[in-house]
Amino acid sequence: MVRVAGILWLRDMKRLIRSPSRIIGSITLPLLTLIALGAGFGRMPIPGLQSPDYLSFLVPGMIGMTILFGGTFSGMSVLWDRQYGFLKEIMVAPVPRVVIVIGRIASGSTTGIIQATVIALAATLFGFVLPSPMRFALALIFMVLISVIFTGLGLIFASRMKDEQGFGLIMNFLIMPFLFLSGAFAPIGNLPPAIRMLSRIDPLTYGVEGLRAALLGTSSVPLPVSLAVCTGGAVVLIALGAWFFETSEAV
Amino acid sequence: MIAVRTENLTKRFKKLTAVNAVSFEVNKGEIFGFLGPNGAGKTTTINMLSTLITPTSGHAELEGHDIVKNRNGVRRSIGVVFQEPALDSRLTGRENLEFHAHMYGMKSGERKSRIAEVLALVELEDKASLLVNTYSGGMKRRLEIARGLMHRPAILFLDEPTLGLDTQTRRHIWDYVKKLNSETGITILLTTHYMEEADALSNRILILDHGGIVALDTPAQLKNVLGGDVIELSATGDTPSFASKLELEPWIQSAAVQGELVRLTLEKAETKVAAVVEAAVAANLTLLSVNIRKPSLDDVFIHYTGKTIREENGDKPPPRGKRSGHHGH
Repeated sequence: MVRVAGILWLRDMKRLIRSPSRIIGSITLPLLTLIALGAGFGRMPIPGLQSPDYLSFLVPGMIGMTILFGGTFSGMSVLWDRQYGFLKEIMVAPVPRVVIVIGRIASGSTTGIIQATVIALAATLFGFVLPSPMRFALALIFMVLISVIFTGLGLIFASRMKDEQGFGLIMNFLIMPFLFLSGAFAPIGNLPPAIRMLSRIDPLTYGVEGLRAALLGTSSVPLPVSLAVCTGGAVVLIALGAWFFETSEAV
Repeated sequence: MIAVRTENLTKRFKKLTAVNAVSFEVNKGEIFGFLGPNGAGKTTTINMLSTLITPTSGHAELEGHDIVKNRNGVRRSIGVVFQEPALDSRLTGRENLEFHAHMYGMKSGERKSRIAEVLALVELEDKASLLVNTYSGGMKRRLEIARGLMHRPAILFLDEPTLGLDTQTRRHIWDYVKKLNSETGITILLTTHYMEEADALSNRILILDHGGIVALDTPAQLKNVLGGDVIELSATGDTPSFASKLELEPWIQSAAVQGELVRLTLEKAETKVAAVVEAAVAANLTLLSVNIRKPSLDDVFIHYTGKTIREENGDKPPPRGKRSGHHGH
């Protein structure tokens, strides 16, 4: 079964390498945001900011954003597979559906980690200081967990939807609240209490705060809490994803 | 021995009943053809049998595995060549086969030898390292057939295997399918809307129309139902009343009209041509041509459905666009 997940992963990686524009395209927006906002607000005093400067504060948020977008893109690739017929080849194979979901999530996570690393490295050009290897490894764990959660979410919607435009609309409708409530751009401590409640149920909040704890050493949510919520979320989404794929129709 | 058994298999999409209470059995080693116009329910039936969609009601078993309760059992027993290409065009031919081999749990040694074997079989060895998006339609089809066979399934589904292919490639695939069936004893379920193809390949043919079975028999038996011969008249004038008058004659088994064309089925046609022509003249028809022949599957199809397969396809061209003009005359 590892081999099956492996070949699904390998296929997606080959496709990724054969269209490098996808990697460049997916990191342009977070990188530009990082530069524009980081430079724009960098000199302003921002209340509630625990990190040394705004740009450093923004780096984990942009990593979270990249992974969030990438995860939903994995869902889109299922829709393309459906459209080009290849989904049938996958779905007719004698393979437990959970393995198919894991294979997809593995490639989604790999893509997410590559993009996130590029962003972290690029940010060093603007004054971001990379943490110790141990801390970076911890950040990688959070990247994987966030990827699993949002790739899983993308796959769940993709398993039920056939129309690309509809999928795009629903994903945008979901992504923006996830992103803005997560504290990727500003400390959630500054939000009004009612909205802060919503932030607490946004899984990306724990992802971004976990990344901050790992990369910057400061966060508004304790590290063990972030880790527990993200791990739990990842497990739940793999299980849900498998169930949705088991009961979905490939044509 | 039974390879496939269905019992009142039904699939409804919202209000449309695509397949309606279909029951049939396919023997092991048989080439079993589904014949019908587009929209008759052939592909929906195949999709249910291959576990891609779930039936609304009814049951089916493949090699003893229930298509709902034991999907992985069914999946292990089958190879599928889909109507629409199901290849990853950003992978090479060989990579597509390697993907398949891994999905079916083939070990490294077997994988390599089997890929080489099936590539040789469909004569794509020299193209295996090219990306599939450089392949022609015929090459893609051959690659898909190779892939469907790789894991040595007990049952092979071929959904419109030659749709959109040129005559030469089509013949090549027919020969190949027949050889495969006779050499390995693999059970083949084939859908087609080409009469010629159903006739050339199938041991038995199931004619589907509007989601239901209208006939199921060997090609020879299906044609025998129509009696000995067909006289086909093409004439201007009141052909319907001419046909209905002739149908009353004891020596005429059936008469069907499509515009200027009248098809009569009867025994010993050569002794009745004169009588038919006389009747046509008496009915004030202007005869354009008279043709005597043995019944074809086309005639069988008209007999059961009241229309030619061409008429039906006329309103809805198949997705691949290109269609050949061969319909088994």
